[in-house]
Amino acid sequence: MEVSPCLPCPQRPPGLSMAGRGRGRGRGQMTFNVEAVGIGKGDALPPPTLQPSPLFPALERRAAPLPGGEEGEYMLALKQELRRAMRGLPYFVKPGAPRRDIERYSDKYQLSNPVDSAIDWNPDWRRLPRELKIRVRRLRKGRTTPLVPKQHVALDKEETIKKLESLEKKEEEVTSEEEEEKEEEEEGKEEEEEEYDEEEHEEVERGAPWGCWWVGDIPRCHCVPPCPPTGD
Amino acid sequence: MTQAELRLCSLLLQEHFGEIVEKVGNSLLRTGPRPLRLLVGDTGLLPDQVKKALCVLIQHNLVRYEVQPRGSVEYEARSERILRILRYPRYIYTAKTLYGDPGELLVEELLLHGHLPMSCAVARVADRLTETMEDGKTMDYTEVSSTFVRLADTHFIQRCPIVPESPQSAKALPRSAPALAIDEKDMYIVPRLNLVGKGKRRHSCDKEEEGEHKTKRQKQDGGSSETPPDDGIYWQVNLERFHQHFRDQALVSAVASRMDQTSSEVVRTMLRMSEVTTASGASHTQPLSSNEIFRSLPSGYNIGKQVLDQYLALLADDPLEFVGKSGDSGGGTYTVNLHKALVSLATATLESIVEERFGSRCARIFRLLLRKKHLEQKQVEDFAMIPAKEAKDMLYRMLSENLVSLQSVANLMERRQHEMRENKRLLEKSQRVEAILASMQATGAEAAQLHEVEEMITGPERQQLETLKHNVNKIDASENQVDETIFVLESFIESTTKRP
Repeated sequence: MEVSPCLPCPQRPPGLSMAGRGRGRGRGQMTFNVEAVGIGKGDALPPPTLQPSPLFPALERRAAPLPGGEEGEYMLALKQELRRAMRGLPYFVKPGAPRRDIERYSDKYQLSNPVDSAIDWNPDWRRLPRELKIRVRRLRKGRTTPLVPKQHVALDKEETIKKLESLEKKEEEVTSEEEEEKEEEEEGKEEEEEEYDEEEHEEVERGAPWGCWWVGDIPRCHCVPPCPPTGD
Repeated sequence: MTQAELRLCSLLLQEHFGEIVEKVGNSLLRTGPRPLRLLVGDTGLLPDQVKKALCVLIQHNLVRYEVQPRGSVEYEARSERILRILRYPRYIYTAKTLYGDPGELLVEELLLHGHLPMSCAVARVADRLTETMEDGKTMDYTEVSSTFVRLADTHFIQRCPIVPESPQSAKALPRSAPALAIDEKDMYIVPRLNLVGKGKRRHSCDKEEEGEHKTKRQKQDGGSSETPPDDGIYWQVNLERFHQHFRDQALVSAVASRMDQTSSEVVRTMLRMSEVTTASGASHTQPLSSNEIFRSLPSGYNIGKQVLDQYLALLADDPLEFVGKSGDSGGGTYTVNLHKALVSLATATLESIVEERFGSRCARIFRLLLRKKHLEQKQVEDFAMIPAKEAKDMLYRMLSENLVSLQSVANLMERRQHEMRENKRLLEKSQRVEAILASMQATGAEAAQLHEVEEMITGPERQQLETLKHNVNKIDASENQVDETIFVLESFIESTTKRP
């Protein structure tokens, strides 16, 4: 007797042996003790589940209507407005900017969304545990440069220093217009970040007075003694 | 910590503070209080990210810290407080009804920022109100200040615990974390500030961010050149007081629908008189004499003394026992039975939930069961006490229903986020078109050109957007609605479990 080929049914309950293939051929053997589970002989099993149960099943009864009115409307608007507002506040912590595969020309001119928020927030450090403070250099006017995360400092210090020096030179060529812009944004934006083929940047601990660490994500590195311009 | 609570807390944190804060919050909620280094290990985040997240959470009173005997600091998430984020719109709307726009914005700013000094809050609100006024007009600080004082006087906002001024001897090591504390009596005292000024408008030509920057910098400059007069004194919203207000509202409206307007006004008056004399969790208000109540009735109410006495007698006789007679002095003394009222409210909520979900027949059975229980125990029932067995039973019912409500809200939120994700492409397109239209209008484009841009969104797409907006609104409104249920049930649970 030919058995019609059974289409693979991934949702079949495990333990259902192959002997139970096809309809109307009986329940088939199960690998577990059927009676222990509570299925007696001759009981009708529910039909096999052929797909995952719907994510949002339809309601059996119609739900009662929502109370409308001025109060309801206003609170609805408030709720949505609050959600929107909080996304723009510095308390909404966004992950670091994704790594860029290629340097793009447009990066230089794009005002990227502030990764860790250009809107400053200075927590009152007197009210917080000391371990939560992150020391960061005060920002200076002008271009900002990213810092390599602490773990890598020891290894890549030389490389970083060289890179930073060459960038400093590049910065000399900046137009005066951009300088002005930078002055306004002295709390710093992340424009330079994309130009570097480095990992996500975070603050780094350096001996420094408490600054506006929240915003000072990419401060300028000053502890490096200026190298003579030999050009590497 | 139940799965339902965890899930909802997670969603709320993610929606309002982003995924990094959510991860940190989650870790604390699931595994309990822990120190910083363990948190970093658990979450897999960078240490600086975890520190930032903790600062945000502490700022918003969602996480507290405690110095351990050895000097290390442990952080603990406050799950109950996280769930309150759901209720923010209700707090803000209530402030609006009580104290108008300045009140509304003050509470909103305090909620958005966790806590603020008074000088800062007043300045921000004055700026925001100025934005909404006609050109040339500005909001004066004094009006906002006086609203602030009223909010403090009625305990809707309170002072945060302060850093102790302990003189540090040369030998003493600086503590790893400050021990913040405040006396109850100091909580509502407003510092004598001379806040002078008017709200500032943002410059309309600047981009929004730069504009924010400028005004912020103005404030910063003003702040950094001299420390603000109320440096170190922070204010936060007193959620418990709002909850008391919601409970009073629910009580009054229950009386109004069960009896009449005048009865509800009498109860409202009694509750108002008891606002600051009732300890939180008290089962009934302090006794009030009928004479006192008569004197405190709102001026619009012209009922005679005897009429008031009749109303009070009727209220005390009502089987629901919202009001009880506690003595005969002063023309009769009366109290509001807060706990009993909460029981009735919670029961009514349960009954209506059963009815809506399972139909009227089930609701009848449910009501019968509740009443039968009540009848059996009536002989042993004491004044203002509910027999332990029934209380336990009710408690169990409320807890499980509360759980279901929490799950409902989590489901609603996920559904809403799902809908938004599904339509992400269309939403983004629509936002771009809006932006283009706005800039075109600003530069004075012709109607035909504007129309052309509008056409970029096709008819069916417009329909889809309308449907999406309708669904999202409905879901948001539902979340608000379910939170009302959660409030009633939790109030009952709290009232029952706190009792001696």
